[in-house]
Amino acid sequence: MSGAGRGPAAAGFNALRLAFAALVVAYLIVPLCAILPLAFTGSVFLTYPMESVSTRWFEQLATSDAWQRSIVNSLIVGSGATLLSTVVGTLAALGLRRNLVPFSGVLRSFFLLPMVVPAVVLGVGMQILYARMGLASSYAGVIIAHAVLCVPFVLVNVSGSLASIDPALERAAASLGAPPAAVFRTVTLPLALPGILAGAAFAFATSLDEVVITLFVAGPNQTTLARQMFSSLRENISPAIAAAAFLIIVVTLILALVVKGASILSWMRARREEA
Amino acid sequence: MMIATSVQGGTVRLAFPLTAEAIAGWNGEGLPGPAVEAALVGDLRATIPQEQFGDAVRTLNSMQSGFRTLLPRTAAAVRKAPDAPPPALAAVDPRWSQTPFWLALKRGMPAYTDANLLAAVDLRRGDDGAVAAVPPDMAVNRMIMLRTFVIALEVTLLCAAIGLPFAMLAASLSGWKRNLLLLAVLLPLWTSLLVRTAAWMILLQENGLINQVLKLLGLIDSSLPLIYNRTGILIAMTHVLLPFMVLPIYSSLVAIPKNLMPAAAALGAPPLSAFRHVLLPLAMPGLLSGSLLVFMVALGYYITPALVGGPNDQMISSVIAFYATGTANWGMAGALGIFLLVPTTVLYLVYGRLSRTPMVQP
Repeated sequence: MSGAGRGPAAAGFNALRLAFAALVVAYLIVPLCAILPLAFTGSVFLTYPMESVSTRWFEQLATSDAWQRSIVNSLIVGSGATLLSTVVGTLAALGLRRNLVPFSGVLRSFFLLPMVVPAVVLGVGMQILYARMGLASSYAGVIIAHAVLCVPFVLVNVSGSLASIDPALERAAASLGAPPAAVFRTVTLPLALPGILAGAAFAFATSLDEVVITLFVAGPNQTTLARQMFSSLRENISPAIAAAAFLIIVVTLILALVVKGASILSWMRARREEA
Repeated sequence: MMIATSVQGGTVRLAFPLTAEAIAGWNGEGLPGPAVEAALVGDLRATIPQEQFGDAVRTLNSMQSGFRTLLPRTAAAVRKAPDAPPPALAAVDPRWSQTPFWLALKRGMPAYTDANLLAAVDLRRGDDGAVAAVPPDMAVNRMIMLRTFVIALEVTLLCAAIGLPFAMLAASLSGWKRNLLLLAVLLPLWTSLLVRTAAWMILLQENGLINQVLKLLGLIDSSLPLIYNRTGILIAMTHVLLPFMVLPIYSSLVAIPKNLMPAAAALGAPPLSAFRHVLLPLAMPGLLSGSLLVFMVALGYYITPALVGGPNDQMISSVIAFYATGTANWGMAGALGIFLLVPTTVLYLVYGRLSRTPMVQP
């Protein structure tokens, strides 16, 4: 660090650092870049060099019954899980705010637990539970299962944006005679909105990518895009997978932009208030 | 729920309710006597659903081999025999005059059992009720658990070996260079896990990009086996988990005042000893929580080993998935799940103590 540019030994060390950084960056990035062009291959094999360019695999996604249904299922499950987890996660974040509830620390860890519990363990537990409750192989079951996984992301995001709200604003509104519901609706909620939006985006991305729990709780009618990808990866690697991966990457990018947009929104609002 | 299912016995009790009640009064010595026999005859005459009967036979047979032939034969004989006097079971099959068979029946009855938990670590109760190891040729669970820990450890070490220098490098740079390195870490984190695994499958395959490049460079003559083995798993899992190592180390390093290393150098410390005495101890908390996080997540991995690994690299999650979705043996899946859940929870608690910041995944 401080020895940079002093003599040949330091130059050699610098070159070594550069090479190491380049190697790691390549390791991290190349796989992501390598899969995208293959979505447009004209061949039936997922190999380079590509013989020709075509959109036939996207057409297959759109026309093949199994892929088409899985995309529709992903949208159904994804929006259901996003809605459910955003409501639950936001309520949880509001409830855990400022440690008003006893044992809020424990409760918080409890809500975050699905992030660390191995997905297979969660899946088995839910499968057993669903079998008794009659939720197995139903859309409601899959949506609830996905929502459980998504709640932590919503909670973390909403908590973050709630923490940045100046309590003086709410006190001011209350002292001006606004009833609690009005304070919440006109002050707290709008200020927390960027966090809620970001949480919802994360929730949708999580649901879109979820495979393991879907394997356990979903029936053949609820096959999602990710699960369809998983099973076709196991059977035969066809370029349709690259096309599906392309779709997922594009949707995730859009969601990342939403998150960025949400954070820019809150930044702009902060600026406006300062001015 | 999963925990309850793993200790639930019930299959034998469900199939033979009368026997369950009668045999509870037997002290386990000699033979249980005519009352229990009559109860068993009654149970066998009642129509037991085929599936339930099969479950019970399987459970009993796992405790005492021989039940697989004994019970169907007895059931057939009992159903053919006249109602009174009840047929003598020892006459139907001599095995009914042996205590171990009755003992197994008795032991199969409790509503709660540790059989699944013991089986998960390759143990079982012998005839005398003592815990003993199962024959080595059937003991696979311990091996798979050991393998799971070894793979998780290997991945953690690889992540640390790559992540620590990389995070230090990123922290020492500034401007667009630092941003580029951080973007390289964050981009995979935003990308779907499934997409990343699929990408590695494409890159690592026999005719994949990596083998092609290596051949082009003249480094190898024939394709390296990179997929469906341990190498593939390690490459793909390290890629997936590396960001979890880099980010904690990086965030503990950027908090360090910029002038510490120059100060150490000014005091006469050669770069290596300055690194060892100043930078490394300061990076330690990040390294520790990163390692914990990586190890914890790696333990429960399913998708990547299932897709990139060979049959000898399956981790405990795959075994659980097999029991749960393949054979619907939920008791066993639950028991194995506990052995995966407990270490993860402990590590999570330790992690929570180490880092007060909430874990934010994208």
